[in-house]
Amino acid sequence: MAKVEFLGPIGRASIEVDIQNLSELKSFFKEDKELQEWLSICAVAINDTLVCEADVPVSSHDKISLLPPVCGG
Amino acid sequence: MLELHEGSLHVKSILASWYDQISDKNYGAFIPFVGIVRDEDGIEGLSFDIYEPILNSWFNAWQEKAKAQNAYFLMAHSRGDVPNHTSSYIAAVVSPKRKVALSMINDFVEDFKANAPIWKYDLIGGKRVYAKERSHLLQGHGLLKADA
Repeated sequence: MAKVEFLGPIGRASIEVDIQNLSELKSFFKEDKELQEWLSICAVAINDTLVCEADVPVSSHDKISLLPPVCGG
Repeated sequence: MLELHEGSLHVKSILASWYDQISDKNYGAFIPFVGIVRDEDGIEGLSFDIYEPILNSWFNAWQEKAKAQNAYFLMAHSRGDVPNHTSSYIAAVVSPKRKVALSMINDFVEDFKANAPIWKYDLIGGKRVYAKERSHLLQGHGLLKADA
């Protein structure tokens, strides 16, 4: 199971999902109306590297992180 | 060198420590930038969350750029609550050449604001309010949003 973590202000506990790629995760979240607002502004990292394409394969030991807009300093 | 601290930064001791570390390394320029939390819009201070793995990668990439120009970055940032009129962020660069250092610190801080995985909250009435309007979208945002 891949782990999904919701960083910063999203404020949700991590979950584990059985998916083969990010497109399947997109479908998994489709009905979660509250999360959709975050997903429209969140970037996505797999194993701490940002990704820009949804067809990236995901394996069972991968960590997927959702990153809302940032503002350090 | 990257340091993360709980709460406000102790600016004087951090800068003194950095100066002691670099002063005998034959760098001609040491240029620190110190960010201080301003009292504005009724906030009591700011608060921060940090995602360390990607922050480390981001910082290390900048350190490699600096190395190519014989420069070196130092950075400290707060985690948690930082009251008004105290510091949450110090960035500094050392370089043999002043012009290189001045240019690099500007580019570094701008990229930090745009890409470092840190989340800022206003402290209002003792509560954390995500500073969404002041935050920057990261590359690839919206990838998992459901199709319309």
